[in-house]
Amino acid sequence: MKKHSPLLAAALAAGLTAAGPAQAEDSLTIASWGGSYQEAQSKALFQPASAAMGVTVKELTYGGMSDVRLQVQTGAVSFDIVASGSGSAARAGAEGLLEPLDYSMIDVSDFYDGLAQEFCVGGDVFSTVYAWNTDTYGDEGPQSWADFWDVEKFPGKRAYRAKVAGALEPALMADGVPPEQVYEVLASEGGIERAIDKIRELKPHIAVWWSSGAQHAQLMKDGEVDMTTGWNGRFDNAAKDGAQVAYSYNQALFDMDCFAIPKGAPNKDLAMRFLAEISKPEYQANLPNYITYGPTNRAAYDLGKISDEVARMLPSHPDNVALQLPIDTEWYIQFEAEASAAYQDMLTE
Amino acid sequence: MADAAAPSTGPARPHARTLRRDARLEQLALFGLASPALILLLAVLALPVGWLFYLSFIGNDGGFSLQHYERMVDSKSYARIFRTTFEVSLITTGLCILLGYPLAYLLSQLPKRMAALCLLAVLLPFWTSLLVRTYAWLVLLQRRGLINEWGMSLGLWSEPLALVHNLSGTLIGMVHIMLPFMILPLYGSMRAIPADLLNASANLGARPSETFRHVFLPLSMPGLFAGSLLVFVLCLGFYVTPAVLGGGKVIMVSMRIATDIELFVNWGAASALGVVLLVLTLGLLYGASRFLSLDRVLGGGSR
Repeated sequence: MKKHSPLLAAALAAGLTAAGPAQAEDSLTIASWGGSYQEAQSKALFQPASAAMGVTVKELTYGGMSDVRLQVQTGAVSFDIVASGSGSAARAGAEGLLEPLDYSMIDVSDFYDGLAQEFCVGGDVFSTVYAWNTDTYGDEGPQSWADFWDVEKFPGKRAYRAKVAGALEPALMADGVPPEQVYEVLASEGGIERAIDKIRELKPHIAVWWSSGAQHAQLMKDGEVDMTTGWNGRFDNAAKDGAQVAYSYNQALFDMDCFAIPKGAPNKDLAMRFLAEISKPEYQANLPNYITYGPTNRAAYDLGKISDEVARMLPSHPDNVALQLPIDTEWYIQFEAEASAAYQDMLTE
Repeated sequence: MADAAAPSTGPARPHARTLRRDARLEQLALFGLASPALILLLAVLALPVGWLFYLSFIGNDGGFSLQHYERMVDSKSYARIFRTTFEVSLITTGLCILLGYPLAYLLSQLPKRMAALCLLAVLLPFWTSLLVRTYAWLVLLQRRGLINEWGMSLGLWSEPLALVHNLSGTLIGMVHIMLPFMILPLYGSMRAIPADLLNASANLGARPSETFRHVFLPLSMPGLFAGSLLVFVLCLGFYVTPAVLGGGKVIMVSMRIATDIELFVNWGAASALGVVLLVLTLGLLYGASRFLSLDRVLGGGSR
């Protein structure tokens, strides 16, 4: 994984412009989040696709959509492709920061529903799950969000997300709302407040409000809490490091990371072709070799690259998909700001 | 009388004028010398703060708007966040005084070489990354951390104590990080107190406690004020330590600024928070300056 300073990035961008369109046509700048996540993306997707297309890929790390906003607003866009969460990409797209994707070029016919959005095409699938300490509860851990809320049956400390994304849906399911009606209730009058009231109920048992994936993995590793919400791949990595942690996909939130093209990207057309390339099943099938996040393209499972044992662990395995509730980005575009304000209010009480 | 007065005032007037002109020139020269610093301050301080102020009045639609301030009034959470911020800062400052004053006093009474060695120990944390020190506290204080493990194996307590991911953890981390900022100015002003004054006081029959109260303490006040001010103001904008050790329960203004930048589509919401914090802090300092001479607070006139 290459990591450049912003200054170097600026210099590179300047160099690209100076070198003229011929050379610029052959190179792409991709920004992601770094760490083991970007390493997996690089090895599974970027490097093989760059070799196949004869394109030079420059990888950078970035701080999320606020960086894209700054670049677009100042008219100095240097990223061709950015990795993003689905919700923030949807909001950024609605704000006019991203190019709409051309699905006549990107073949998403084998993608899971909802993973090919107007501004962002799915790059990997992950899940927001509840995880528990197997020392405390054995393998008979919680099997639903209602169990997560049940402090009599499962006494112990909890951790929960400090941000509203993925925090309200579990509360409603714990309150007895069937998964398929969760967003209906959340979009209705008083729905957000109902979910937040349910979290208030659990609040005395929430020892930590986590704010990053590294943090919730560490909390489980250290035994600081007995149960937490979090992203499945992080728990698998923690378990590999010896943490006593297990999780379930039942009622988990099916979500994706995706790739988007900033408005005014210097090599927009090439970026579109590159996204078409890495969305193909043969690249997507490489992903689980490097991280336990699943391919977004169903056909990746038919290539024989992913062993059955590994496939069953992935959030996008058909058996696991059936258990989960897909995140509704439309709801987030419309209600996230309002819900977040109410959530922050609850946190400061 | 009039004749006698005229010749004496005659030459005096041009003389005074010359003096005044010289004074003006000197002022100008001094101003010239200070101008690089002034221009630098204008560029790196006044302009950005002005820009921040301006941004806070720009609404989401790009026009003038008070919406960011209205949101702060409407939502109860902002008032609570400001309260938490000032509470944490005040308690941290108080604890730093309680711990720092005796330590600085001890250091100031040690022979110079010993004191230098001990100061090194005080300064050592300065040279370690803030993040490393904060995470070190996490390792020490957590449920299965060193302190809880030892405490329970020694039988001091049977259930793990909640030492971190709450206010106490935040305060422990912040006091540790802020302590040098309290001790250094204190030590400086205590070293500057002439021993003769203490000897004189003892010579005049004062008991050690009286000497301390009537001579040493008042003379060390400038250092105490300077240290307290430094610690308090630094605490107000603290981000890393409460974010890591507070467990999401101790939410300070800086953390809310970060959330707002991520959540809202422009910088206005975050700017407004910054402006309110700045105004509240200036108001507090102004209030303090009415009771204490600001000149003394800033370390001037120590003798």
